[in-house]
Amino acid sequence: MTAMSRLGSGLGARLRTALGADRAADEAGWAEAEEALVAADLGPRLAAEIVVGARERTARGEASASAAIAAELGERLRRVPDQPFEVGPPPAVIMVVGVNGSGKTTTAAKLAARFQKEGRSVLLAAADTYRPGAVEQLRLWGDRLGMGVVAQRAGADPAAVAFDAVAAGVARGTDVVIVDTAGRLQTARDLMAELAKVRRVITRQRPDQPRHVLLVLDATTGQNGLSQAETFLAQAGVTGIVLAKLDGTAKGGVALAVADQFGIPIAFTAFGEELADLAPFDPDAYLDWLLAA
Amino acid sequence: MPIWRRSTPTPISTGCWQPDPGSERLTLETLSARLQAIAARLRGQARLTEADLDAALREVRLALLEADVHFRVVKTFVARVRERAIGTAVLDGVRPGHQVVKLVHEELVEILGGERHALRLGPPNPAVVLLVGLQGSGKTTSAAKLAVRLRRDGHRPLLVAADPYRPAAVEQLVRLGEQVGVEVVTGPTGTLPAAIAEAGLVAARGERADVVIVDTAGRQHVDQPMMAELEGLVSALQPADSLLVVDAMTGQEAVRVGETFHARLPISGLILTKMDGDARGGAALSIRSVTGVPIAYVGTGEGMDALEAFHPDRLAQRILGMGDIVTLVERAQEGVDREEAERTAQRILESRFTLDDFRSQLQQVKRMGPIGQLLQMVPGAAGLAGAAQAAVDDGELRRVEAIIDSMTPTERREPHLIKAGRRRRIAAGSGTSVAHVNRLLRQFEEMQRLVRQLGGAGARPRQAPRLPGR
Repeated sequence: MTAMSRLGSGLGARLRTALGADRAADEAGWAEAEEALVAADLGPRLAAEIVVGARERTARGEASASAAIAAELGERLRRVPDQPFEVGPPPAVIMVVGVNGSGKTTTAAKLAARFQKEGRSVLLAAADTYRPGAVEQLRLWGDRLGMGVVAQRAGADPAAVAFDAVAAGVARGTDVVIVDTAGRLQTARDLMAELAKVRRVITRQRPDQPRHVLLVLDATTGQNGLSQAETFLAQAGVTGIVLAKLDGTAKGGVALAVADQFGIPIAFTAFGEELADLAPFDPDAYLDWLLAA
Repeated sequence: MPIWRRSTPTPISTGCWQPDPGSERLTLETLSARLQAIAARLRGQARLTEADLDAALREVRLALLEADVHFRVVKTFVARVRERAIGTAVLDGVRPGHQVVKLVHEELVEILGGERHALRLGPPNPAVVLLVGLQGSGKTTSAAKLAVRLRRDGHRPLLVAADPYRPAAVEQLVRLGEQVGVEVVTGPTGTLPAAIAEAGLVAARGERADVVIVDTAGRQHVDQPMMAELEGLVSALQPADSLLVVDAMTGQEAVRVGETFHARLPISGLILTKMDGDARGGAALSIRSVTGVPIAYVGTGEGMDALEAFHPDRLAQRILGMGDIVTLVERAQEGVDREEAERTAQRILESRFTLDDFRSQLQQVKRMGPIGQLLQMVPGAAGLAGAAQAAVDDGELRRVEAIIDSMTPTERREPHLIKAGRRRRIAAGSGTSVAHVNRLLRQFEEMQRLVRQLGGAGARPRQAPRLPGR
């Protein structure tokens, strides 16, 4: 999380201005704190809830106002079972899903680089057969990393690509198969059904797979992230969130709302253009970052 | 005359604010749902009390925040509506519920900008249009869509792939260019964006293209070197238009993104992408209100022709749940058989709406594109009985057609004749079940009821006269 610590979020500064170091804050201070939470994309409801909770804490004399906010945020971050990400026994199939432009292909490459560094063999599956250049993009990453990329012609059935990739993974004894899927808006019903089919095909092949379905969420996403999480959870059985593009001033606060509302854990954070810029989610470090600067 | 035009077209009317029993999609409440609740609460009251106004404005505030409008923009907005509401609360003949909703709508339209924005283009020839934005906002797709649109408007566009950073970004634009039949200028790997763009200008003179659309790499607004690169591009190319491409799903950060790009570059317009999703587009409202930059285009689908001119009133109406009737009508003009539509319109007004009409409408609806997208544009579609929505569900269409095809002409005209025996025959004939037939007949009855209400009320669809010509 070192790369993250140099980046200011603004939330901490706003909260400090609003609440000061005093144990108690006035009405205006709490209102400002609520706005600060909204500005961090937590959404108006969660922001209000957190402020109510924090006020109760200060009323009980548990903590100063700003510490109480931090405690409320931390409680919600840890509400989701905090299990370290385990790749699982080979061949572990990981699907990467999300809306258009959230950063799926880059995330797939970053994941691949990470697993490779851990000494695992990785196979990439270019199941985004729709976006022009998507297969080439993944191939370039595969070349750079020196790993195989399973692909078919543009417009091919993504489920068939996934099937081939899993079969190849089994045949080659690959540790991890990462399936990069096409971006799709959660409201596109046909495309969501297609994604469900990709998942089904993988499961039919290997009943215990896919081991992980990671939803890539752009950190600049606002409250629409909730709708994304809800639909991708229902259609693709999302098991974790990858919070991507954290290197802006965006805080990814909606991921907190997603975790709080749907119980989907944040698995990884991604914060740069380098392949190494992917880290397992650490609630404490994330909270520190959120409240720093 | 497709079925959807049965909704009340008048912009501000109680008809649009019906509660929404049929929708499953309201687990995340939308602005429209909230305003419906407000209007329902205020409906029928003679006078707007201070407490009512406070309650209503609290809902408006919450709703706008949930739509990702920046919290400062929301503050200003709510304050302005309040001020106007207090100043005008005793207007004669206007019910207070209407008044608040009307004020909210008016303020929204005002912020979004009074009129349409067109690109400047024009001399020098060729005119350069620069597309900039964050990673993943949709620049490359928008570049190709813009080329298609400008060509349709009589221009000769040329695309320039000036993103040497993202792997295969150039490849993506080249493919899109092939797909839409527009030439794409690229440079060898490692060429600086400015050099590729200059090559594009040269090619344009040779090719006699009059618009050069330059697709740049996505970048963070806080990335100083990358922003400086864009400043260099601007001074080298002197673009006629610099368009900031913004994802409709962007959260509170949108304001800072807009401010930063606007401060460093001569941003002349916004392209709001991914509006075919369920994002309310609050980001556009935020950027527009803090920078004053108008929204030029809206990306509304996966197809290369899915880039539409922006209409402030339409977005305001969509945000308010009034639907996007004008867009819908325009699309309908392309998808609907004119004579057929007029025939059905006549039948609706005469309350002679039969299963045959129902079937032909379903077919026309099918030609217009994804149903979900269409329904979103329909005023009061959320208020439609859930059954009616289910009837036009994409997967249901074929089944419904099969069932109607298996009926005799008499049965189609007079569905009340269809009793148990006939239902079994129709089910067998269409390869469905009696339950399916029952459901369809129920849906049709419901639709007939709605149609009768419309016809009876004499509410001639306002858009109908526009259908014959563009």
